[in-house]
Amino acid sequence: MAAVESGNELVLEVEDLRTYFSTRWGTVKAVDGVSFDLRRGETLGIVGESGCGKSVTMLSLMRLIPTPPGEIVSGKIVLQGQDILQLTENEMSRVRGSQIALIIQDPMTSLNPVFTIGNQVNEAIQIHQDIPKRSVLQHTLDVLRKVNIPAAESRVKDYPHQLSGGMRQRVVGAIGISCEPAVLIADEPTTSLDVTIQAQYLKLLKDLQQQQNLALIFITHDFGVVAKMCDRVAVMYAGRIVEMGNVREIFNSPSHPYTEALLASVPKLEEDVDRLYAIEGQPPALHDLPAGCPFADRCPYVMDRCREEYPNIFQVSETHKAACWRLS
Amino acid sequence: MTTASQPAGTTEQDSPLLEVRDLKKHFPVTKGLLLSKTTGYLKAVDGISFQIERGKTLGIVGESGCGKSTTAKLLLMLEQPTEGRILFEGEDIHHTDADHRRAYRSNVQAVFQDPWSSLNPRMRVRDLIGEPMVINWDVPKREIEERVEKLLHDVGLSSYHANLYPHEFSGGQRQRLAIARGLSLNPKMIVLDEPVSALDVSIRAQIMNLLKDLQREYEVSYMLIAHHLATVRYMCDWVAVMYLGQIVEYAEVKELYNNPLHPYTKALMSAALPSHPDIEQDEIILTGEVPSPLNPPEGCRFHTRCPFAMDRCAVEVPETKEVVPGHTTSCHLY
Repeated sequence: MAAVESGNELVLEVEDLRTYFSTRWGTVKAVDGVSFDLRRGETLGIVGESGCGKSVTMLSLMRLIPTPPGEIVSGKIVLQGQDILQLTENEMSRVRGSQIALIIQDPMTSLNPVFTIGNQVNEAIQIHQDIPKRSVLQHTLDVLRKVNIPAAESRVKDYPHQLSGGMRQRVVGAIGISCEPAVLIADEPTTSLDVTIQAQYLKLLKDLQQQQNLALIFITHDFGVVAKMCDRVAVMYAGRIVEMGNVREIFNSPSHPYTEALLASVPKLEEDVDRLYAIEGQPPALHDLPAGCPFADRCPYVMDRCREEYPNIFQVSETHKAACWRLS
Repeated sequence: MTTASQPAGTTEQDSPLLEVRDLKKHFPVTKGLLLSKTTGYLKAVDGISFQIERGKTLGIVGESGCGKSTTAKLLLMLEQPTEGRILFEGEDIHHTDADHRRAYRSNVQAVFQDPWSSLNPRMRVRDLIGEPMVINWDVPKREIEERVEKLLHDVGLSSYHANLYPHEFSGGQRQRLAIARGLSLNPKMIVLDEPVSALDVSIRAQIMNLLKDLQREYEVSYMLIAHHLATVRYMCDWVAVMYLGQIVEYAEVKELYNNPLHPYTKALMSAALPSHPDIEQDEIILTGEVPSPLNPPEGCRFHTRCPFAMDRCAVEVPETKEVVPGHTTSCHLY
């Protein structure tokens, strides 16, 4: 494994990932040809609505797709030089948590209610790190302090129900970073938190990222989180990335009509908006996708070609690309 | 106790649709055998006053535990207030006869956050939307059916939807059904409790625009409970910011967003997410979490988290002052 310590080293490369589910309605192409890469210290936002495939992408990266009914049918996920789709389950369980870790959305259900938080944090440490038993507690305390848990010495003995939502989410974060992974995936980490607690948590994630030079993937539906946190953005629709670029490129000149519509449909905190743009209709069912562009039915710029062929990916700038026939 | 003063500068001479004066709701905290001993009170709502004008929207913003949902329940008469008055068209709803109370209940309807749990899965759409009318109105069945069809049409659905069950609809469509049901009795006010936060981003704008259109068409007032500040800015005419059972700031929407006075409002604004990566925000990150309403801090309730706290904040309860005409806040800084 290449262990280069340079700042911009590539840590994750996803190439043409396809994850399908077989259901009684037919094959659901939840993720259908997703490619992106990620460098150390960088934050990538994956934005989309429910059912667009963002969570399945994340589960595929962790190799946590329930099989059956799901299956990663093709693609490559190269994590620090190693294609994790080629690993056995045993090898993968050593990678999971130590090289790539996950913060799940709901801190109420992702912690085990019958173990103390100390137990749950040091479980990850004991599995992945070869440190003597007596220093595990010390290590656990260090990790809890890193995520700003006040009075960590007494808190390690608390059970999840004794903590507030914000604290629980910190504990989940602590488990995520306990083994200093190269890539940390945060799946809607703040949706269940209050506004001021959300601000604290986002700041914490940013600080941790800087300290450990983490590569972060933010899965979210909220462009506000993207604006605040991300360097690059991938917008997903119906299982594919429809637009990808630097955060300013996406906000200043969205090139896919879906991105443009999404940005126009969000109310702004800083200015009065007379009337929001509302995208008509609903996302298509994934088991019954139309032949052409899946956004065609809702797109204000739809052309005949859009209904026949899935659009190619066009390069808008060196770092910015989108899948739309208007760019051809 | 703090009392938000009447918002001055209301130009209309006639009384507001709804007026709340010094409303309190204290839940007893009990323990012992059969919960016989009362050990204290949870002051969920502790002396709030506001008005809702006809055809306008009041937004109530605050974090969990600030009392905004209890306020909604009080207005819907699902809870009895401990103290204070709710005046609807000038009449105190708790000191009036049963007929008036019944009329109030049909005049004030609700739309809740989660359209998956707020619609009875065993009822067809026609019965869901028609039920309030069957109960409250003495009109022939045919008329009710006609009205159900009109309501479905008004919320952007069509008449064939009347025969379906809720599970056959998507989240956005269900919220439309809930809105149609809320409108069925021609209410004068609807309490909207986080009406879009359970929906997908692209659907939220549809529902917000629908609510605004219906407000104009049906001349209905809204009380919107939300935590998302940008949504409140888009939807509301007046905003009340709540913290631990009290209103800490109350102003017209433009004034509040352009000139937030209370440190808590400022912190909320700076914690809200920007709409563009280039927008610079003030960094007021509050430490700690909202204290328990069982044992709220002495003095100003916000002083434990306030970046501008002074000595007197810990002892003295700040009075509510009208700092700018129509804009009140409770803070020792002013």
